[in-house]
Amino acid sequence: MNETRKIAVTVNGTRYEETVPVRVTLADFIRHQLGLTGTHLGCEHGVCGACTILFDGRSARSCLMLAVQADGHDILTVEGIAPNADTLHPLQEAFRDNHGLQCGFCTPGILTTLIEFLRDNPDPTEQEVRIGISGNLCRCTGYQNIVIAALDAAKRLRSEDGRRKTDDR
Amino acid sequence: MKPPPFSYHDPRTVADVVDLLGRLENAKLLAGGQSLMPMLNMRYVLPDHIVDLNRVEGLSYIKAPDGVLEVGAMTRQRDLEFSEIVGVRCPIMHEAIREVGHRQTRNRGTLGGSLCHLDPSAELVTLAAALDAKVTVASKKGTRSIDFAAFPVAYMTPALELDELLTAATFPCWPAGHGYAFVEFARRHGDFAIVSTAVLIEEDKSGKVTRASVTLGGMGPAPVRASEVERALIGEVIEEKRLRDICEVLRKLEAIEDIHAPASYRQQLATVLPRRALLKAHERIAGGARP
Repeated sequence: MNETRKIAVTVNGTRYEETVPVRVTLADFIRHQLGLTGTHLGCEHGVCGACTILFDGRSARSCLMLAVQADGHDILTVEGIAPNADTLHPLQEAFRDNHGLQCGFCTPGILTTLIEFLRDNPDPTEQEVRIGISGNLCRCTGYQNIVIAALDAAKRLRSEDGRRKTDDR
Repeated sequence: MKPPPFSYHDPRTVADVVDLLGRLENAKLLAGGQSLMPMLNMRYVLPDHIVDLNRVEGLSYIKAPDGVLEVGAMTRQRDLEFSEIVGVRCPIMHEAIREVGHRQTRNRGTLGGSLCHLDPSAELVTLAAALDAKVTVASKKGTRSIDFAAFPVAYMTPALELDELLTAATFPCWPAGHGYAFVEFARRHGDFAIVSTAVLIEEDKSGKVTRASVTLGGMGPAPVRASEVERALIGEVIEEKRLRDICEVLRKLEAIEDIHAPASYRQQLATVLPRRALLKAHERIAGGARP
């Protein structure tokens, strides 16, 4: 018994039409079928947060969804965060500059989580950042620099927003 | 590929769901998937059919008709967290929901999924007991309403027939100016609570308690209403020393023992957490919530 379905899904702005076994998780679909291996799998039961993606703009654990559930929906993975191949997103720049990662395994999940978090809360306190990433485990125990990077990214994004508003004028 | 093989169904209407439930053997309903998906990934459950509720129309809503808050079963926990209507009519729900998992899980997790999964430590389960909620259940025979007090029949087992679907829950609202607090103890933020408590009180003009609801989660297979404490609070003015005496009786509650904590530890929490919650609820009334 290996039932399959046809699905159409947009990932990082690209539309894919694929046939998937119904029992394949969204995480495995993204990694194995689409080849987007930036989405990492740590625990595969919803605890570690490494596989976090944005599903219609909301952060979600892709190991806790089926690929068939993504039919007709919009997904952003870590590969889709940077504006282009040569430029990092300000959040990624802040992580690089503040040593916000050590081995990097948890980083894709933390970046996708923070994209949503900073969109909803552009000027967070340190405590809010810590709660915001509480669903992401880092076994290098590098939380301190992750928090610093997130706060720095918030600052950069705020000034970038300010710049954009000025440019618009 | 971790989940075991199954047939996948994605009905669009409640009628189609109950029709499927009526004829499929060994079917599991998939709501937010924040508990069922891990269980599938680890093959704790081996269903022949998955009936996905995520495309069913009309199960996601928050309404506040006369005196109650009515929430559709597929309403995401995140929508409750950010709902203005919930904040105004049922502020304790906002406080409880922030303790439910993490942002990423609340974005998917649903009210109905939480209530039906019925984890004894789940915040929304404790809250439903505290608020005397009712759940609405649909089957081919029609709909029926179940008092939440009668909903848990055993450990993680709701009073649902195999062909029934929980479609909504109704929470009676407390009047404006009541005091409330949801307090829990967990080893890490976002974990299931070892013990949680939901407390609601009303006070008269002189500060005496006129109505009280005190509930403990995590003690046994279902939330426990501390009715002895609720009765003892009536006519009292909330004050820490007096609360210590009143809450001491909770040490006698039966408690489960597991890898997280022995029974005696839970019983200790059962005396401490309601006291803290009652003080917080009282402070909220004193802080201007009193009508």
